[in-house]
Amino acid sequence: MKMAECNDTFVLGGKEFTSRFILGSGKYSLSLVKAAVEHAGAQIITLSVRRANTKEQENILDYIPKGVTLLPNTSGARDAKEAVRIARLARELGCGDFVKIEIMRDTKYLLPDNQETVKATETLASEGFTVLPYMYPDLNVARDLAKAGAAAVMPLGAPIGSNKGLATADFIQILIDEIELPIIVDAGIGAPSQACRAMEMGAAAIMANTALATSGDVPRMARAFRLAIESGREAFLAGLGRVLARGAAASDPLTGFLR
Amino acid sequence: MDGTEARRSDLIFDADGLSPSALERKHRLERDPSCRADPMAYLPGMERIDSDIKDRVRAAMSAYDPSRYTAADVRRALERETCGEEELRALLSPAAAPFLERMAERARAETVRHFGNTVYIFTPLYIANHCENYCVYCGFNCYNRIRRMKLDRGQIEREMEVIAKSGMEEVLILTGESRSASGVEYIGDACELARKYFRLVGLEVYPMNTDEYRYLRGRGADYVTVFQETYDVEQYEKLHLLGRKRVWPYRFDAQERALMGGMRGVAFSALLGLSDFRRDALATALHACWLQRKYPGAEISLSCPRLRPIANHPDVRPGDIGERELCQVLCAYRLFLPFAGITVSSRESASFRNGIAKIAATKVSAGVSTGIGDHASKYGGEDDPSAEGDEQFEISDSRSLSRMYADLSGEGLQPVLNDYVYV
Repeated sequence: MKMAECNDTFVLGGKEFTSRFILGSGKYSLSLVKAAVEHAGAQIITLSVRRANTKEQENILDYIPKGVTLLPNTSGARDAKEAVRIARLARELGCGDFVKIEIMRDTKYLLPDNQETVKATETLASEGFTVLPYMYPDLNVARDLAKAGAAAVMPLGAPIGSNKGLATADFIQILIDEIELPIIVDAGIGAPSQACRAMEMGAAAIMANTALATSGDVPRMARAFRLAIESGREAFLAGLGRVLARGAAASDPLTGFLR
Repeated sequence: MDGTEARRSDLIFDADGLSPSALERKHRLERDPSCRADPMAYLPGMERIDSDIKDRVRAAMSAYDPSRYTAADVRRALERETCGEEELRALLSPAAAPFLERMAERARAETVRHFGNTVYIFTPLYIANHCENYCVYCGFNCYNRIRRMKLDRGQIEREMEVIAKSGMEEVLILTGESRSASGVEYIGDACELARKYFRLVGLEVYPMNTDEYRYLRGRGADYVTVFQETYDVEQYEKLHLLGRKRVWPYRFDAQERALMGGMRGVAFSALLGLSDFRRDALATALHACWLQRKYPGAEISLSCPRLRPIANHPDVRPGDIGERELCQVLCAYRLFLPFAGITVSSRESASFRNGIAKIAATKVSAGVSTGIGDHASKYGGEDDPSAEGDEQFEISDSRSLSRMYADLSGEGLQPVLNDYVYV
């Protein structure tokens, strides 16, 4: 226990991270990115390859502090083939080997296409990418992703951008219990309390974007999330969540009569 | 409908210099409905697809009576978490006018949820203004006497160079609607050139068949915009008197054919003010909604043009749709289709565009010219007016890209020039 407290890190693609807050960079002004990263204490930041792929005077890449690991995502991809091409482009743009697979063939809800995500994971993992697939929490698919070489699994908590929290809590719990890879809850987390709960459940990390972008003060909300995530992690390590969920032990054991 | 009828006759004018026989034919088209073609009859070569969306949109439009809705209906619509078709009808009705501020607040929240504070900037590029249609309100119409022009490859490239140099990464290529002057291959050439200079290439040209859309997709086009002008067929018939554009159902299905041809996105619009704008707005939103339901991967967006003065007829006005009404329509669009792009063009003033970008719009144009081949002189410091064709309409907001960029940033918004990867 003591060890875990001192050195509670998690590993992705051979890199060790102490922060369990993966920050999104979309939907808010580029000028706020640096402050958000600092207040979040984030070591990983996602960015959309389609946003980075620009000649414009303000490139998002210029706003991300050095030393932060880039997690380019494949948003805009509608099938595995497109996701693979976007990931390769990210590598060419100098975004490194991490990639978050996002494949949507629905522009209304932006729900991930699990089948295509498995295919893309397989291809990209074999090309040496550290693959973090965004997915709809389905145990069978999570197992397929693990087998395909994913570095973590990123189930959605609720429809992306909805700030509705852990609508899929029971299914995420199954993934946490059954999958050996880090489970990073992505999409739908709208408030620090929800991030805290996911961490109490045993999630390895939290990814949030809209919750910050739509808040009144992006850096301050980033800090609130950081505190909530740290707090939830501590609670998980302390083992409180599970004990409470199963109720207190009776002081007079029901089975006390047994000899 | 009386007001609409009066506006329609206001739109008609005779340009100087038309031959007596042309004038005679023009007047006959305007005055005698029996000499006009059936707007529902397809012409040879026009593809028919199996789609019932146009019938459903027409039925929904004719069943819609905006005057039936009350303040209570609007309140109920605003209290619901999601806005469905019935809520949309209430929000587009006159009863919603006093609730505009509340609608704007809700719309803003939805826009921020889906798009954050980002606003995309693009520019239109007109490459030809030849037209074979007689649409009475349009500066390019075949009976208007304007300088006609079609840019050749070199001229198109020169224009694109000037635009790209300004920093623009998305271009919308437009032509007048003439298949003979601006053929599909000519448009394809322009797309291929555009791919060299821009990240995202849109098309706003005449409707075409699925295989032609597929061909243009292959040459670099990403999305297709088609304005239905008005979804009210009776009114459409009185405004589009001649040419292929007169065929209403072929135009209606253009977006669907574009998606069948592999385009990533499609844009919809009525030219608000040609008919009852509330019913046209309802039809536009339903058209987009139902097509997206059929093609869930389609990126959809809406535009909201109002009539503007045109060459030789400076009195063209939007009619009964003022800025407040336009704002109401856009808020209703946003609440009904929270995920859809909304484009507000330079037909609107700078102050309106600054304001609406904070409420509902996700895309604005900058560095705009609706003429042919004049980016070089307008924005590139070159001056050769003889090499330019006349404009489709007068714009209202002439801000350059850098000015627009600075203004949006000043409003607390994040301008975005590209959010797209061509794969």
